[in-house]
Formats: sequence, C-alpha cells, structure tokens
Amino acid sequence: MSLWEYANPVKFLRLSERVLPWLWALAVLCLGSGLAWGFFGTPDDYRQGATVKIIYIHVPAALMAINGWFMMLVASLIWLVRRHHVSALAARAAAPVGVTMTLIALITGAVWGQPMWGTWWAWDPRLTSFLILFLFYLGYMALWSAIEDPDTAADLTSVLCLVGSVFAILSRYAVLFWNQGLHQGASLSLDKEKNVADVFYHPLLLCIAGFVMLFLALVLYRTGTEIRVRRTRALRARQGAGV
Amino acid sequence: MRALLLRDLRLALRAGGGFGLGLAFFLIVVVLVPFSVGPQPELLGRIAAGVLWLAALLACLLSLDRILALDFEDGTLDVLATAPLPLEAALSVKALAHWLTTGLPLVVVAPVLAVLLNLPAAGYGGLVLSLLLGTPALSVIGTFGAALTVGIKRGGLLLSLLVLPLYVPTLIFGAEAARRSADGLDATTPLLMLAGISAGVLALMPFASAAVLRVNLR
Repeated sequence: MSLWEYANPVKFLRLSERVLPWLWALAVLCLGSGLAWGFFGTPDDYRQGATVKIIYIHVPAALMAINGWFMMLVASLIWLVRRHHVSALAARAAAPVGVTMTLIALITGAVWGQPMWGTWWAWDPRLTSFLILFLFYLGYMALWSAIEDPDTAADLTSVLCLVGSVFAILSRYAVLFWNQGLHQGASLSLDKEKNVADVFYHPLLLCIAGFVMLFLALVLYRTGTEIRVRRTRALRARQGAGV
Repeated sequence: MRALLLRDLRLALRAGGGFGLGLAFFLIVVVLVPFSVGPQPELLGRIAAGVLWLAALLACLLSLDRILALDFEDGTLDVLATAPLPLEAALSVKALAHWLTTGLPLVVVAPVLAVLLNLPAAGYGGLVLSLLLGTPALSVIGTFGAALTVGIKRGGLLLSLLVLPLYVPTLIFGAEAARRSADGLDATTPLLMLAGISAGVLALMPFASAAVLRVNLR
C-alpha cells in the first residue's frame, strides 16, 4: 500500500469521492466562520478603516495562486518522471483554479489599493510579478487547449511549467531590481506579516485554511471531471471505430 | 553543424521577407513612437532606451515562428531529429541562425534609429552592448517557444503568449542597462545580469527545446 496506488484513476476516483464531501464541508465551515469573524468580529484598523477587511480574501487568494502553480510544478514533475495520467490531469485541473485565485488577488488588490494608495494599479514588484504569473497561467492553459492529443499536451505543458517556474523566479528578482532602480518601494511597506495584529491574524488563518480546503476540493473535483471526460472520449472513439 | 547554419542563413536571406521584415518592423515601431507620445526631444530622449529595447523584442517575436515552422512542414525537422547530430545542437544552431539574421542586424541598426529618438550621446555604447548581450537570449528562448508550438496550426499568437512572460527578465535588465548608461549612470550590474541570463539560457534551454520538439515530432 503506497501513495502511488492512487495513480490508478479508479482508485483515485473512489478516494476522492470519499474525501470530497469532507473537504467541501471543511471549506465552507472555515471560510464561513473565518469571513464572518473577519468582517463582523474584528475592529476597523486605526489607519485603514474598514478596507482592511479585504485582507481576508486578498491574502489567502494570493497564497493559493502561488501554491497552485507550485502544485502544478510538482504534478508536472510526477508526470514527466513516472507518467501517471492522474498527475497530468491534476495539473490541468489546477490551472483554471490557480488563474482564478490570481485574478481574485489582483482585483481585490486593486480594490484595496485604490483607497489606500490612491491608485488602482502601481508598477510595484509584488503586483507586477503577479501579473506575470497571471500571464504564465494563461499561456499554460492555452497550450493545453491548443493540442488535440492528451499525452502530447501533457508532455508539452509539463516542460512549459518547469521552464516557466524557473523564469517566474527569475522574473521575481528581475522585477525587484527593476523597480528599486526606478522609484523606491511605494507605500507597499505595510507588509501583511509585520503589521497584522492578533485580532486580524486569527480569522485570517481560518480564511487561509478555508481557501486551502476550497482549492483542494476544487482541484480534486475537477480532476475527477477530467478523468471522466477522457474516459467518455475513449468510449466514443471506440464506438466511432465501429466495433 | 556548419552546413546547417549556412543552409539556414541562406534560406533566411533568399526566401525573402524573414530577414528584412524584422528590421522593417523595428523601424516602423521606432517611427511610430514620436507620433504617439509627441515629438518633444527631451521626452523622446528619456524613453528612447526603453522604446528601442521594446521594439527590438517585438521585432524578434515577429520572426520566431519562422525558426521551425517551415522545416516542420517540409519534413526537414524529422530528418534533423534522426540525424547523427544531437537535436540539442541542431536547435542551438537554429537559434544562432535566427540571431544572426534577426538579432545582430537589430544591434547594428539600433544606433541609427537611436538618433531618431534623440538618445543621449552617453547611451549609445550601453544600448549596443545591452542588445548584443540580450538578443541571443531572446533567440534561444524563442526557439523553445517555436519548438513548443510547432505542431499547432496558426500557433503564432499562442507562441507570443507563451514566450512573452519568459522575455520579461531579459527586457527588464536590457532596458535598465541601456537607460542607466543613457543617464550616465553605472550600468555594470544590469549588464552582468543580462550576460548571466544569456549564458544560463544558452546552456540549459536547448535541452528543454529538444525535449518538447521530440514530443512534437513523435
């Protein structure tokens, strides 16, 4: 009995069907209580007023956007090394979830930035690298959908994911360098970890846990869908062949 | 290898379009900039370094799908894949041929177009040097993108989308180096970073390109 057994689609489906209801329930529980606590149970920040409450969506979404890419990287590596189809499909399933998280982080960031810095967008290193991450996600998904043969697509997107990860890290440092040279860090120094007091911290943790559960549940669910889609296509192809 | 290089160069020169097109596009972008931002010399001088880098990058992007698409259609790539020459080497040669026909002409022409954009005199050396160090990376990364999308019909737009984020670090350091030297500042750090990117990409990227090309030729 090892973890690799779940590379078998049937076993994977059976496991995910057993786990999914719990994940959904946990996600709803964590997110619901965390958001409720955050929105109604915590005081307004003395400097930022009520807008600080966007943090409960913004930070977890940003976290999951990066971790989503990381998960895809791991899944791609597993596919390249051990060629488990579930792994490739999981990477494919994670991409739209990840891009949504990135978008949520970008939008909530803009909504938050408007009253705070007086601008919707600043070419700040952090923001810019997220925009680049968004582009990476788009390219990755576009490549998946552009190729007919699923194994070829899995191979190509896996390599793209590896190369993209290297360049994502490189871009991160390049962007830091680029902006420090132009105008030193705007007002972004109100860093989350440093500034958040315990009152905000606990509901934030709960929200992050909720987002993690939500992410896992969505990815598991979508992976199951991908497996079924592929199975349907195989059945169709067999029928079409006129057995 | 040399035969392959010569063949690619000859094809690029004689098949029309490819060679001159990149340069013409470079010229077009540079000419259009004053129309869009206004003709004030001091404004143009300030943005010249960045605009020239951006135009060079776009011109390079425009010619990427020519690296492999034609060879894929007439079967040359299959021959290359089965030839005794490793595919990594063949792709490096192809990247080199692309650079010689696209990157190098851009480097040569850039100072002339810099005059049009009123680049400060101090910036010429930095501009040429940064383009010289940076455009090889553009060609090599572009070859990876071309290998990735070679089997896809009308993959040009997809190619741009895939390659664009990969170009970001090169663009940042290249434009920064050119801008710093135009402002009379020390541009050593970005130039070194640029050289580092080019060297790293030259060393590693052909393996990734060959891997995806093998998948595409399967």
